[in-house]
Parts: sequence; C-alpha cells; structure tokens
Amino acid sequence: MSKVTIPIGPQHPALKEPESFILTLNGEKIYKMDMRLGYNHRGIEKACEERTYIQSMYLLERVCGICSHSHSTAFVQAVEELAGLQVPKRGLYIRTLIAELERIHSHLLWLGVAAHEVGFDTLLMYVWRDREIVMDLLSEISGSRVNYAMNTIGGVRRDVTPEQTRRVLKAMDALEERTKYYIQVAAEETTLISRLSNVGYLSHEDALRLGAVGPTARASGVDQDTRRDDPYAAYGDFSFKVITDRHNDVYGRVIVRTLELMETYGICRQVCKNLPDGPIAVKAPRKIPSGEALSRYEAPRGEDVHYVKSNGTDKPERVKVRAPTLANLQAVSKMMEKNRLADAPIIIAAIDPCFSCTDRAIEIRNPQDGVRDVMTWERMQKRGVEWYRRQGIDFAGANKRLEKRMEKLTR
Amino acid sequence: MTALIGILVFPGVFFLSLFGLVCEFVDRKLHARLQHRVGPPWFQPLADFIKLVSKETIIPEEADRTMFRLMPALAVAAAAAAALYIPMWSAKALFSFSGDVIVVIYLLTIPTLTFFLGGWSSTSLYAMIGSVRCLTQLFAYEVPLFMGVLAPFMLASTWNFSELAEFYRAHPGYMIFNVIGFAVSLVALMGKLEKVPFDIPEAETEIVAGSFTEYSGRYLALFRMAVDIEMVVGASLLAAVFLPFGLGLPAGVAFALYVIKVLFVVVLLSILRTLFARLRIDQMVDFCWKYLAPASLVQLLINLAVKGALLS
Repeated sequence: MSKVTIPIGPQHPALKEPESFILTLNGEKIYKMDMRLGYNHRGIEKACEERTYIQSMYLLERVCGICSHSHSTAFVQAVEELAGLQVPKRGLYIRTLIAELERIHSHLLWLGVAAHEVGFDTLLMYVWRDREIVMDLLSEISGSRVNYAMNTIGGVRRDVTPEQTRRVLKAMDALEERTKYYIQVAAEETTLISRLSNVGYLSHEDALRLGAVGPTARASGVDQDTRRDDPYAAYGDFSFKVITDRHNDVYGRVIVRTLELMETYGICRQVCKNLPDGPIAVKAPRKIPSGEALSRYEAPRGEDVHYVKSNGTDKPERVKVRAPTLANLQAVSKMMEKNRLADAPIIIAAIDPCFSCTDRAIEIRNPQDGVRDVMTWERMQKRGVEWYRRQGIDFAGANKRLEKRMEKLTR
Repeated sequence: MTALIGILVFPGVFFLSLFGLVCEFVDRKLHARLQHRVGPPWFQPLADFIKLVSKETIIPEEADRTMFRLMPALAVAAAAAAALYIPMWSAKALFSFSGDVIVVIYLLTIPTLTFFLGGWSSTSLYAMIGSVRCLTQLFAYEVPLFMGVLAPFMLASTWNFSELAEFYRAHPGYMIFNVIGFAVSLVALMGKLEKVPFDIPEAETEIVAGSFTEYSGRYLALFRMAVDIEMVVGASLLAAVFLPFGLGLPAGVAFALYVIKVLFVVVLLSILRTLFARLRIDQMVDFCWKYLAPASLVQLLINLAVKGALLS
C-alpha cells in the first residue's frame, strides 16, 4: 500500500473536542503526524481584561469542564498574592478537598475514555458508574457537578458540614475498593495490556526535553508534582507519595493515574479528619494593587500555570493561562512515532487532552495555497470594521461623536 | 411454490430477518446488562431498521454507484442463501446435496467480501482502510473456521449436513469430542461477525465505521440486516454441527430447541464480547495463526484418532 494521509479530526469519533491530527500512514504504520490547533479558541484571556476580578474568576472556571476548580484556584491564588491576602486555614483545607475530589473524577473519567479508545467499553461503563459516587459528593458539597464555584478571592464560598465530611470518608472507602479492582484489571486483562504496552513510547529524556507535565511526565519517570515541589493551598500539611513509573508508555500512564487515585483518597481522608475550625474566607478588596503574580497548580492533567498582571483597578491588565495539555501536546508527535493507526486514538487520549483549555489563537489557512497566518487583534478589528463598511454599516461617524462626548464629560 | 415460500418466508429471508432482529435484541440487552446499563427495549432493533429504511440515502459522488448499491442486497442474499442448506430443527435442510457444508461456508464468506467491495467502492479513506482490514481479518479467521467446522464432518465421514445429523443421532456420545472445534469456531465466528475483540474493521475510535462509513439510509439498513442474518446463520451452523441433538423430536418441540440452541450461541458471543478490549489487526492475525489454527489442527488430530480407534 502506498502512503495514505488520514485525518483524525477536526471532527472524529475518537476526539471529544475539535482538533486536527493529520496522520500519514504507510499501510497501518504511522509515518508522520501533523498537528493543528486552534479550533476552540474562545478569547477567554482577552475577555478577562474586560471583567472585574470576581467576574474573571467565574469566567476562568469555565476554561475547562473537567478541571474547572484547578483554573479558578490557580487564578485566585495569583490574585490573593497580589492583594496580600492570608486565606484562613479552613478555607485552604476545603479548597484542597474539592481539588482532590476533582482529581478523582478526572482520573476516573480518563480511565473510562482510555478504555473506550481501545474498544473496551465494559471497563468504560464500570468506571463511569463508580465515578458517579464522587460526582454526587461534589454536587452535595458545592451544589454543582461540574463548575463548583467554590472559590472566591480570599477563601471559599461554602462551608463543609460534619455530615458531609462523614460522607466523603465513606465514599473514599467505596472508591478505594473499586480502584483496587481496576488496578487488578489493568494488571491481569491480557487484551488490555497488549493494547497499552509499548504504545506511545516517551523516553525519560524526551519527556524532560519536550516539557511534559503531570501523569504523562511521571509515567516516564520524571519525579515532579507541584503539590510537593511548591506546596500551595494546604498540601504542605499532608503526607502523600508522588507516583512515578518507568514503563514510559500508555500502560505506565494508566498505572500512574490509578495509583495516584489511591494517594488522593488518602489526602481526602486527611483533609476530612483534620479540618480546622475558623472562618472560611477573608474579605477581599475590590481593587487589587498593581503588580504581577504567577501561580502554579497541579491539575489532574499536569501543572497549570496562571499569570496575572494588575494595574491597581478592579480589572486585571493581563491574564495568561498555560493549560497542562499545551505542555503535553509537544510530546504527542514523539509518541506517535513507530506506532500503528489503531494506536493513534489511545496515544492522543493518554495525555488526557483538553483542547479547548489549550487553544489561545486561531490559525488561518488558505485552502488554495496552504499559506498559514495568525491574525493580530488590530488586524481583526480593522477587518471587522471594513467588513461592516462593505455591508453598508459604518460606525466611523458614530465613533467620532462618542469620542467628542467622552471628551466633554471628562473635561 | 412451496420452495418459493421456503426461500422467501419460512425458513427463508423473512423468518431469518425476524429471528436476526430477536438475536440482535438478546445480544444488545445482555451486553448492556453485563455492562451495568439498562439496555434497549425489545422492539429497538426493528425500530432502528424502520428508521434507517425511512431515512435519506446519500451516495458519495466519487463512489461507484452500481457497486455501492448492489453490495448490501448481495450481502443479505448470500447470508440468507446459506441458511437454506443448514438443517435447523429437523435432520433435513430445505435443500440438500452431498457437499453442502462447503457451499454454506463459502456463502458465509460472501458477506465479508461485500463489506470489502462496498467499502472500497465508496472511496472514503476510512472505508478503504476498514475494507482492507476486513480482508486481512478474513484470511486470519477463515482457515480455523473451516477446520473447526469440518472436523465433526470428518468424524462422520460425510460432507452432508443430513448425513451428519443421522450419524450423531446414531452415536450421540461422539459430540463430546468436538469441544475444541466448537470453541475455535465460536471465536472465528466472532471475527466473522466483527464483534469485540475482533471489531477491528469497524473500530469507531480509529476509522469511524470502517466499511460502512459512507453508507446511510436503506443501504445501511440492509447491511445491518445482513450482519443480523449472518449472526443467525452462523449460530445455526454451529448448532447444527456441534449440537446436533433433538432433531427427531416433534416439529414444535424441535423448533423451540433450535431457537434455544441459537440463542445459546448468541449469548456466548455476547458474553465474550463484553470481556475484552479490541485487538490491533496485527495482534488479531497473530492470535488466529498462533493459537486458533493450531487448536483446530489438534481437533482434527483428535477426530482422526477417535475415528481410527473407535469407528474402525
């Protein structure tokens, strides 16, 4: 068979979000992969500049549907640093609890998706059934299954009752038992092992060189975890192991995530047992003093970085989000080498991709000549103005009148 | 006239389609329950069929229109024709001649070839890759299936279904020697029906729907019906070859027994497909030649030995 180019995406059953992976095949073997991002650009960073800090927090929570708490916490931490706020201990503990519950639900979701990508739908159904336990917990504590809206600048919005901590402890026992079963399945089920072993190989050196983060890096033996290396929230108070593995392949990533779940249950237990008394939040000023802050957070998918620049008003000057998927995507084309078409979906899925969190720009490609181009804000504005002018709508006069009126008002 | 009714209504195309839908329901419901899901209501396969038939049919511009439209009908015809030579609830099939088992196995190969040709002539990339996988898989499971199914015939020294039934009615104990052949044929049948772990030609996370990617409307409905009929015929073949008991009973009882036998095979298929992850095509070919084909050879050796020791 000669070389065939097959598109995986932008629309493809293996992908939950639009993103384009163009595979060149030699028979069933992958010869090379070309990746195109930018199908999900939503302009969230720019939109934050138009909103107050509180509004931006709610907007950033919607960067991702799975790690929503991660993004809002990362942002809130940066703002608290700028404002010099000391979050009360109880608030930090509750933040940590939600973060870890989110990690459980994210890892279980991933395990199901991974099983589905290799055609093991039974495991998918089982895992997602058990995931409901933690989803119920989250909705009981926060009132919502996906976007928890627990954070506020200076603490958290809702308190956790003793009844709720009891339920969390009970659920951890149930989940621990189920996870042990899945670890056993992953260790014993031959078709699953044969589909995952030696697939998507990423060596220790390549993981470091390409800057992989989170479970993807830890499965290549990179011993890094922001929770331990740069403790935030209440992680400094708890003991837990950072799971690493030297399989370097998709199977290793399954092992890292399932074992990480076991550690997470331990952290949740420690939070619930040692929950300190006191207030859950301090009052935050509306205007944040000018400055810059960088906040690191270990999201379920890897390290999430938020950068906030303030200018002394109630709106941020610049917000930058580096989602973990962006760091891991570089490694995907390395992992694709020497694999087969059948492995492509699981290799992409193995980094637990979240493309809408990642996309920060739209790349325009002319279908005729294939020329690629990125549009700047000014060009887009100009293009918009011209487009409307061609339609017979011209705001130039109205703009001038508005400017004049504004001048008068400010004078 | 009776022959015509036999071909078209009972036990021909109409009965097979209906029974195929029942089997699909049993398969889907059981699969769902094993996965801790609710599963479809009993009329779902029929509702799906009616829905597909009433939907718009889109044929890709690039496709070979004649081949594209011919293949679904051919698939149904071939699968249904195979049923005419398999004895279902009596020792005698509707048509019978010496060597009919070979014809049945070859007729059962035709649907797979139509999947290949239909996918190939729809010129979609996904369909073409699916089609090539279809054929690759065919070469892997076909030989074990042949040897597995033919082993009991060898024991009975015949190439005819009716004579096979007569032989096992006379010596029911010999059925027990064919257990390995039954297991091999069951696994090979899963490959033929493209069920997990052998659903490689239609692996949805890789190549969308494989050969059927471009099919829609009534042509897709026909293809799906062909798969259902293939399931019934395949299960009937296994029942006739490996479970040839109770064929002399009164018509009603024998028919009920036949239904139970077929459903037993369907249940086995559906339990097996719940248990595994999808293999890769290279792993599938490896598995078939490394384990399945040797196992069927062992079955042939056992039968030769039994024949030499007990029947001479």
